[in-house]
Amino acid sequence: MRKYFIKRLLQLIPLLIGISLISFFVMHLAPGDPTALFIDPNVRPEELARVRANWGLDQPVYIQYFLWLKNACLLDFGQSYTTGQPVIYEIAQRLPVTLLLMVPAFLITLLITIPVGVISAVRKGSWFDNTVTFLSFTGMAMPTFWLGLMLMLLFSVKLHWFPAVGNLILPLLTMTLGNLAGLTRYQRSAMLEVLGQDFIRAARAKGLPERVVIFKHALRNALIPIVTILGLSLPDLFGGAFIIETIFAWPGMGRLGVQSIFQRDYPVIMGIVMFSALLIVIANLLADLGYSLVDPRIRYGKE
Amino acid sequence: MGKNKLVIFGLTVLAIFVLLAAAAPLLAPYGPDEIVASQTLPPSFSHFFGTDDLGRDLFSRALFGARVSLSVGLVAVLISIVIGTLFGSLAGYYGGFFDSVIMRFVDVMLAFPSIFLILAIQAMLTPNIYNVMVVIGLTSWMGVARLVRGEFLRIRELQYVEAARAIGCSDRRIIFRHILPNAQAPIIVAGTLGMAGAILTESALSFLGLGVQPPMASWGNMLMDSQAYMFDAPWLAIIPGLLILVTVLSLYFVGEGIREKLDVRQ
Amino acid sequence: MLDNNLKNSPQLIVGNLSVVYPGVKAVANVSFSLAKGATLGIAGESGSGKSTIALALMKLIAPPGRITSGEIIFDGKNLLKLSDAEMVRVRGAKISMIFQDPFTSLNPVFTVGEQIAEAVRLHQGLGRAAAWAAAVKRLEAVHIKEAERRAHDYPHQFSGGMRQRVMIAMALACRPQLLIADEPTTALDTTIQLEIIQLLKEVQAEFNLSVIFITHNFGIVKAFCRDVLVINKGSVVETGPVAAVLSRPQSSYTRKLLDALRIINRE
Repeated sequence: MRKYFIKRLLQLIPLLIGISLISFFVMHLAPGDPTALFIDPNVRPEELARVRANWGLDQPVYIQYFLWLKNACLLDFGQSYTTGQPVIYEIAQRLPVTLLLMVPAFLITLLITIPVGVISAVRKGSWFDNTVTFLSFTGMAMPTFWLGLMLMLLFSVKLHWFPAVGNLILPLLTMTLGNLAGLTRYQRSAMLEVLGQDFIRAARAKGLPERVVIFKHALRNALIPIVTILGLSLPDLFGGAFIIETIFAWPGMGRLGVQSIFQRDYPVIMGIVMFSALLIVIANLLADLGYSLVDPRIRYGKE
Repeated sequence: MGKNKLVIFGLTVLAIFVLLAAAAPLLAPYGPDEIVASQTLPPSFSHFFGTDDLGRDLFSRALFGARVSLSVGLVAVLISIVIGTLFGSLAGYYGGFFDSVIMRFVDVMLAFPSIFLILAIQAMLTPNIYNVMVVIGLTSWMGVARLVRGEFLRIRELQYVEAARAIGCSDRRIIFRHILPNAQAPIIVAGTLGMAGAILTESALSFLGLGVQPPMASWGNMLMDSQAYMFDAPWLAIIPGLLILVTVLSLYFVGEGIREKLDVRQ
Repeated sequence: MLDNNLKNSPQLIVGNLSVVYPGVKAVANVSFSLAKGATLGIAGESGSGKSTIALALMKLIAPPGRITSGEIIFDGKNLLKLSDAEMVRVRGAKISMIFQDPFTSLNPVFTVGEQIAEAVRLHQGLGRAAAWAAAVKRLEAVHIKEAERRAHDYPHQFSGGMRQRVMIAMALACRPQLLIADEPTTALDTTIQLEIIQLLKEVQAEFNLSVIFITHNFGIVKAFCRDVLVINKGSVVETGPVAAVLSRPQSSYTRKLLDALRIINRE
């Protein structure tokens, strides 16, 4: 088990290098020069050259990459072109603000999605199930940013309950609802699939009350795919932050990311790409770990 | 029971939208970029959807926007299916080294924060409708690749493939004539749902100003400035979003319907 | 006198049982009875409705299917009149069932010991330790070696034949009076099939069970049952003692099935 996870951790290294390689070259081979955005075009050529040398832009791209990689190994992702602050510092400052959204959103999702999905599956075809199905499809079919706009329209413009920006509730609600829809749908189908299994019939044949059949035998099995998908939903949650934070002017990593894109702030973009990728692969690893905890058939490394 | 009705609903809506989009120049009362009235007029008989912040007719823009949003969705998903099917077939059919390399590449692509990657690429390129199609296509093929690979691994072992191999069919013939047609159903389902995803992605990109560029209208970029007019002209935010919602919902219904009908597992 | 009467009255009487799935009559007016300690084979081809009869006896027909008419008198009580809560106390405690596929009929995420013990806890109100001990005892009864240790294993750690033994142990956990075995050997290798049949015979004597054996295989009917019910398209086509039915089949359908069996045996 332990060996398996050490192996998996080691496999992350080439994965992260691959990601950094692709993003670095995509960005640096794109036409246009970042200095154009920051430097007055009328500046003297020698001054421009000095800035370019300072940012390492006078080197060939592959040298730039190796320099970046070398520093990145020491958690030095360079300095933001716009603020001059170290990228790692910028990220560290914004991360807690994003987590303030993400953690509650994740927990609320978890709290709602499992019972609702289970009841929906058990009462398949009931008004409850139909309502849940309708709502989750609608939720999945909405662009997240539009959901945010609509919530803003309802709660800030019409009802005046919350301010449109700078308040935690609306972005949190947007993030949660956006995440909830798909997961509830997933929990429902996982549960339905389990309820059709032979061992459920066998459990009933043993004379177990329906409550035990559903909440012990069925739910325990339906949690197996859910654990995986919850792990995989973390990146989605994080991806949602880019747009949600932008709409609600929430000063987290997502907004930093979008701003850095508009400003062509390469070091910050690279820092955020790497950070998000790390988050995603760790989430995958956690999903695997969770999987092996809930499914006795999976005992990694113990063949 | 109700499932069939939903599929019919989905197909009907999609058919109507496609027809409206195709006939946009005939149906639109005004040109999409034409300034025809005062700014931010509420919906009325002369302007079904009202007018936008520049005084353009929102209904006409929505019709022309449908062309853009639907074709971005369609082309992007076609790109992703071609790439995904290609990689998935190679990995699934040949296995071994091919498989490892392709699947590691899939892992790398999946570990990208995709929306951020797309935003970043779009910012580097000059954003326009073609880039949007290509970039969404290039960043969304991984699911299809995994799916096709899975189907290949399954079908490869079936007896009729063995039989085809035994009578000396070439690999190409086996892949294209014997295996791929049997993997059609899940690909069609993935394509329908993928198109829904592509339309959502386009809307987000264009909303942020990194997708389809004004003055060309898309449902996403019609929402771009709507946030600023939330108080005075909420229909600017409501209408294009509803169009996206209904389209994507219809695609989901159709996709789920096909899945159920063809008994495709997720 | 009364006592004697009760002893001789059948343990199970099924009268005019019909089960309908939307658009299909899966079981039509099936009647039979079973004496205490007897063995009844229900034989028929796949899709004949024989498994539906088994599920109907347990009132486990999954919607949209339902029992439309008839009665199932077990131990003097009509099961079809029992509430869900009352039926729960019958299943596993008085009537048990084992299924065709031991690979899918055990819950993969619980240990086999737990899956046997939970029924004991619920039906007999025993505490955890006592129920566990009972589970281990049942595993021993079906000849699982090192039962104490293996009770802690998960289903995937057992072979097919072993899993069917576990299923039998599970069915016997609460000392039921009637065991319904739905094609319990079909999914197993031939040699294992014999072992399971042997085991069923053994536990039948040990636990004083009545057994309904559902199968498509007349060989098994011959080896195991005293009486047989031949089912085709949801209806009884022939019934009687096994020896009589096999030597002088009355219906053309039974003859056809037996001929097919003979041809196979000759080859």
